[in-house]
Amino acid sequence: MNIALSDFAPLSTEIFVLTMACVILMVDVFISEERRIISYLLSLATLLVAALISWGMLDNEVAVVLNGTFVSDPMAALLKTCIFLITFGVFIYSRAYLVARGIFRGEYYVLGLFAVLGMMVLVSAHNLLTIYLGLELLSLSLYALVAFNRESAEASEAAMKYFVLGALASGMLLYGISMLYGATGSLDIAEVAAALSASSKMGMIHIFALCFIVVGLAFKFGAVPFHMWVPDVYHGAPTPVTLFIGSAPKIAAFAMAMRLLDQTLGGLSADWQDMLTILAVLSLAIGNVIAIAQTNIKRMLAYSTISHVGFLILGLIAGTAAGYSAAMFYAITYALMAIGGFGMIILLSRAGFEADRLDDFKGLNGRSPWFALMMLILMFSMAGLPPTVGFYAKLSVLQAVIHVDMVWLAIVAVFFSIIGAFYYIRVVKLMYFDEPETGEPLHASTDLQIAMSLNGLAVLGLGVFPGALLALCAAVLA
Amino acid sequence: MMDFPLLSVLVWLPILGGVILLVMEALGFPDIRPTALIVALATFLLSMLLYTDFDLNTAAMQFQELAPWIDAFNVNYHLGVDGISMPLIILTTFTTVLVVLAGWEVIKNKIGQYMAAFLIMEGLMNGVFAALDAVLFYVFWEAMLVPMFLIIGVWGGPRRVYATIKFFLFTFFGSVFMLVALIYMHLQSGAFGILDFHRLQLGMTEQILIFLAFLMAFAVKVPMWPVHTWLPDAHVEAPTGGSVILAAIMLKIGGYGFLRFSLPITPDASHALDWLIILMSLVAVVYIGFVALVQDDMKKLIAYSSIAHMGFVTLGIFLVFTLLDNSGSTQGAALGMEGGMVQMISHGFISGALFLCVGVLYDRLHSRQISDYGGVVNTMPVFAAFMVLFALANSGLPGTSGFVGEFMVILASFKANFWFALLAATTLILGAAYSLWLVKRVIFGEIANDGVRQLEDINKREFTILASLAVVVLLFGLWPAPLIEVMHASVDNLLAHVSVSKLPHAAGLALLGTGN
Repeated sequence: MNIALSDFAPLSTEIFVLTMACVILMVDVFISEERRIISYLLSLATLLVAALISWGMLDNEVAVVLNGTFVSDPMAALLKTCIFLITFGVFIYSRAYLVARGIFRGEYYVLGLFAVLGMMVLVSAHNLLTIYLGLELLSLSLYALVAFNRESAEASEAAMKYFVLGALASGMLLYGISMLYGATGSLDIAEVAAALSASSKMGMIHIFALCFIVVGLAFKFGAVPFHMWVPDVYHGAPTPVTLFIGSAPKIAAFAMAMRLLDQTLGGLSADWQDMLTILAVLSLAIGNVIAIAQTNIKRMLAYSTISHVGFLILGLIAGTAAGYSAAMFYAITYALMAIGGFGMIILLSRAGFEADRLDDFKGLNGRSPWFALMMLILMFSMAGLPPTVGFYAKLSVLQAVIHVDMVWLAIVAVFFSIIGAFYYIRVVKLMYFDEPETGEPLHASTDLQIAMSLNGLAVLGLGVFPGALLALCAAVLA
Repeated sequence: MMDFPLLSVLVWLPILGGVILLVMEALGFPDIRPTALIVALATFLLSMLLYTDFDLNTAAMQFQELAPWIDAFNVNYHLGVDGISMPLIILTTFTTVLVVLAGWEVIKNKIGQYMAAFLIMEGLMNGVFAALDAVLFYVFWEAMLVPMFLIIGVWGGPRRVYATIKFFLFTFFGSVFMLVALIYMHLQSGAFGILDFHRLQLGMTEQILIFLAFLMAFAVKVPMWPVHTWLPDAHVEAPTGGSVILAAIMLKIGGYGFLRFSLPITPDASHALDWLIILMSLVAVVYIGFVALVQDDMKKLIAYSSIAHMGFVTLGIFLVFTLLDNSGSTQGAALGMEGGMVQMISHGFISGALFLCVGVLYDRLHSRQISDYGGVVNTMPVFAAFMVLFALANSGLPGTSGFVGEFMVILASFKANFWFALLAATTLILGAAYSLWLVKRVIFGEIANDGVRQLEDINKREFTILASLAVVVLLFGLWPAPLIEVMHASVDNLLAHVSVSKLPHAAGLALLGTGN
């Protein structure tokens, strides 16, 4: 073990977030109930500062530190910045919900920050065990968050389901990693990749390892047929937690896929491309078709997530730099749309009323034209209609797929987006064409309203000027 | 004048105006209709500059604007018009003024959003016609769905939800395949410029697939038989303004797409598959003509008549290959294509006018059923005069603009093939039959019921709308030269373009050998 002090510079964001999470945990113990807002504000400040730090590291050289277990590269810097900003949005959306239900507790924010830390480790992993470490830190925090509202039986059930299935998937991943270790004698990503490319012929053990790793990944993504947990957990968890699970972890899952599939198992790309093709087509089909039958908007968005994951995986299948940057753009913009969609549920809800049925969106245009417009933008963006950012996400993925001569895959993808368009425009139909079930106007807190407006406008704004983010995604992978 | 970004203004002024209307309504302004009218009029007047400053002697794109937009994909903000798109833009700006006027007193519910939707729609449609970059075109093309979806769904009739969702999904279905084709061509040419696509060399299989992808998008929009079924539903349920925009402009976008994309990008596939389009067009003309005959809902009747008339447009456009093969000269071929384009513009005025007429009646009696009317001429003589004029124009009476396009296309089809001409000419009978029978049952005869007895004739606002349309219909009927001369250079250029094979050299020669 020879760790120099300079090794810690690339870790500054992680160290900062860890320290702050511990500080907030301590502070929270000593402050009274009325001053709970302090923990909240501290968490927001932590995320903002962390975002600034990692943004500053965007142009740094690639550095592998701590005996090759941790890497700091531009991709990690960009993804972490996005994770911080998305989580920042999540926290803002959550406050009003938690306060109204008397569960405005510091634990939510502390657990959230630990989950963020897990994602950061995952994003920057350069060793298979680091990946596993980050994944577990993220998952354990999420299990606890799902069960955060102790009184809710639904939430406890969801947490249990999530935990059991999640533990199984982690086991699969770990098993795959152990086989890879057995085959190559190393856990370091670069060394494993080198060993794989040196061996002339792939044996059974490599394929087995790959299978288990893909299963673990697919579970984290929620790709069909490893999607069973997604609707139940999204539905059962308190909306602020659904909001969190549905957004930032998708970015982390993308990073995990990059580290594992591209950087470690790049030599087996022909094999994992086939596996991912099955996952992607099934996700697009099942996600889009089953979403039509939902009456609960959280479940509907859960199935919509599954279909979006299918699209994201298409970018990975292409296996080119353009494909990866398209998938990255997709992950980031999807997270932005997802917090908007779930945020809208929070905006409509109040104590004792969850607003999670589709019918609760009826006549929103009559009650609040502005937020109906924001939801309209979000829905059309998820459907992939210009001029919203969702269109460019789909465009760049399709382009990458067609570029590697998989036109049929692109046609499958667009075909299912037509089916997908139906349930998104159904939400628009409910908001604009139907009469409201209740005449009372919306009364959401100001911070929530501002966050929602900025979120919707960001989806539209990035749709009119997508160039900068697209270029950034391409640049960090170059 | 060259530095003034006229096309950008035509695209963004109405969109900005629409946003301003939304804000004004949110702030509680009492009457926002004058603002809407001012924006629409200003846009229309500005669009006249396109006509006055248009250079008739060139087929090149005019009023061009070019700025980089998305570097990552090599996408540019590139606008420009030629003789094909310029008249359509003016048609759009003109129709929008009428639509704003038509909704003046009728729309009670959320009028700010209503007017805003139409203005935003106008900007987007101008964008579709002016875009010279495929992504920009696609963005406008798809974005257009959103306001139309809301217009039908919010202000439409009883079955509006079914109609609008059907409309949305049909159109969306068509266009996503076009997107795949556009991306494919981007990878071949390295750019998204439509003019770059025009220069692309493509093999026959590629051309056929791209042609079919475009066909799906444009055929739904036109709409061609058999994917026309969304149109009667959408027309019937849409508010008057929505029907007018649909019939007058949105349908033309399909025809425009054939001229701007299918023909120049895939000339060989268009040549090989022109029988398909001609067949679909003739079915539309004959079969849909008969279908129109038996309708008892006025709007449905006009909707079916629109499909039949649009069949003429596609027929005229795709006759060019037969004409080129027969005569070998581009001169004769130009006739069919120009006929198709004149028909597009003329149908925009006539069908818009007919929908406005139905709107006038519907506002008074709240019924679209033909059987609820009869003898309207006794109580509304001025209105009856207009309606008869437009119905005659719809059936292609000489002296109205409806005649010019139809005559040119029929003439061209005679040169191409006798049977085409025979079938196409049935429209003269069928068109006259359904249009005049409609007029007979609604306008003439005894006063049918008390509702009709209490009808009041059109007011000044309605008179202005119908009179301005009547002037245009007669003007282009008697003197179509201004319209045809702006198209001329562009059509000749397009014909010269499509008569050259784009296949790699050897294959191209082989095709010419078998094709003749």
